[in-house]
Amino acid sequence: MANPMRIRAAVKDGFTEVRVLMSHVMETGQRKDSSGALVPAHFITELTAKHNDKVVLLAQFGPSVSTNPYLSFKFQGGAKGDKIVVSWVDNKGDSRSDEALIA
Amino acid sequence: MRKTLGMAALAAVLAGGAQAQSTADEIAKYREMIADGNPAELFEMEGESLWKTPRGPKKATLEQCDLGQGPGVVDGAFARMPRYFADTGRVQDLESRLLTCMETLQGIPASAVVDGDWNKGERKTMDALAAYVVTHSRGQKIQLDLANPQTRRMYELGKRAFYYRSGPMDFSCSTCHGEDGKRIRLQDLPNLTHKEGAIAAWGSWPAYRVSNSQFWTMQHRLNDCFRQQRTAEPEFASEVTVALSVYMAATAQGGVLQTPGLKR
Amino acid sequence: MKAVSILRPALAALLAATAGLSAAAGEDYDAQTREMMQSSFKENGIASKYRQLQLDFQKACSALVPPSAAAMKQIEAEQMQTVRWPDDGKFFGDWKEGEKIAQSGRGLTWTDKAGESNGGGCYNCHQLAPQELSFGTIGPSLHRYGKLRGSDEGMVKYTWGKLWNAKAYNACSQMPRMGDAHILSEAQIKHVMAYLFDPASPVNQ
Repeated sequence: MANPMRIRAAVKDGFTEVRVLMSHVMETGQRKDSSGALVPAHFITELTAKHNDKVVLLAQFGPSVSTNPYLSFKFQGGAKGDKIVVSWVDNKGDSRSDEALIA
Repeated sequence: MRKTLGMAALAAVLAGGAQAQSTADEIAKYREMIADGNPAELFEMEGESLWKTPRGPKKATLEQCDLGQGPGVVDGAFARMPRYFADTGRVQDLESRLLTCMETLQGIPASAVVDGDWNKGERKTMDALAAYVVTHSRGQKIQLDLANPQTRRMYELGKRAFYYRSGPMDFSCSTCHGEDGKRIRLQDLPNLTHKEGAIAAWGSWPAYRVSNSQFWTMQHRLNDCFRQQRTAEPEFASEVTVALSVYMAATAQGGVLQTPGLKR
Repeated sequence: MKAVSILRPALAALLAATAGLSAAAGEDYDAQTREMMQSSFKENGIASKYRQLQLDFQKACSALVPPSAAAMKQIEAEQMQTVRWPDDGKFFGDWKEGEKIAQSGRGLTWTDKAGESNGGGCYNCHQLAPQELSFGTIGPSLHRYGKLRGSDEGMVKYTWGKLWNAKAYNACSQMPRMGDAHILSEAQIKHVMAYLFDPASPVNQ
């Protein structure tokens, strides 16, 4: 089971800024461990962010994104107390979904 | 995506830094860029949940752990550590005090951490717990009780340990951290004998290290300093690690904590 | 030891001065520190416990009050006795090998294995070839070492001695004793010598 994300969302001048910190190893599949064996690829492939039930961001991730990725984006609209849901799926089929309220 | 833009900007910044005398400014810019996304927060979240989860043979949480401000008080506790604890009769840093709480409250033997490996098992648990505790002293002033004779004694031992030269390379802590404006390769070295350098160091550990995606406690930092000094290995939470911590924290007295920090 | 007896009065005065700050007046913090530097450490791999014991000069150079000028002179004279000159009288090897040794900072930690050859770690503290931008500043720049200093016998022998045991010239030098402490072999030191002096070496460009 993956560890929770930290999500912050705040609305200002009609735009909502969402900041997401994800806990993930993001292994490229090209790194070797101390015994020389290849560490299997393990990375987030797709991320979805919803404002209430509407998708506001759909992103494809790959092995070039760092360990414990940080993502920040803005969308038009949003009001205090609205729900933001961020979900990701990785190449091993593991997934995680967390939510936060707009401040 | 800001993430990708950030990476491109960083690459440009590092390329520019190669010509500069010091990478300090570039690293500061990078730090600023991801300051609101310090992955140390992930460890802090995990630590908070571990703090409140019943664990060990006694199936107890750490919510009654006394870090010096009374049972269960986390706020401001790290700013006053290391400190003398009457129940153990010792001066303890955060990690050695957490060992005491894990042992007495949860029944988890200290050896699970002391004889463990970095980033694994109970040592990894310790990383997360430390991240949680230090976050609750962020922005507070370092205030050691230097009137306490035991703490004072540890300061005197820590200062002497700082200058203790031994091993095949004749190094001590002061070889690298005893003068202003020095660096190893491109890595700037804080002068730990003066207030400013001590605040920069003590005030920003434990920290998340971007280069290896690991969270390091001060115990881990000191261990790796001794490794590079070519000494034998200091035991986890041993007297020398606490004494050096007292020396650093006392030198940084009054400085503001930026914990947990973010390192290259 | 003469060096130690000179130190004692100064240390005693210092301890007396700080005793007022301590509730446990008269405690010998130096002795307690030495005890702690043993008890807090364990052997790990090639990093043996004996590394925690101090040689005489290490002890003198760790004191809160630096050794007197006379004590320093004595240390330097003693350390000079350890310098071994090349058996075949040849001071220079291959600067290309020397560059590799100067670049490598590996060796002697508890994560290193026994029997692997060590690096000199020169770039950790010194600037050497101008194209290497990643250099430390704990020691002075050695860029154009041979070009600026020439390569007469005195300079060559001084440099060999300095590499073999820097404490022979400056008792409390921060620089490791590359030869005396078996960090580098004689052959490796010859390569580093060539890297410093050879007119074709990038150090002298």
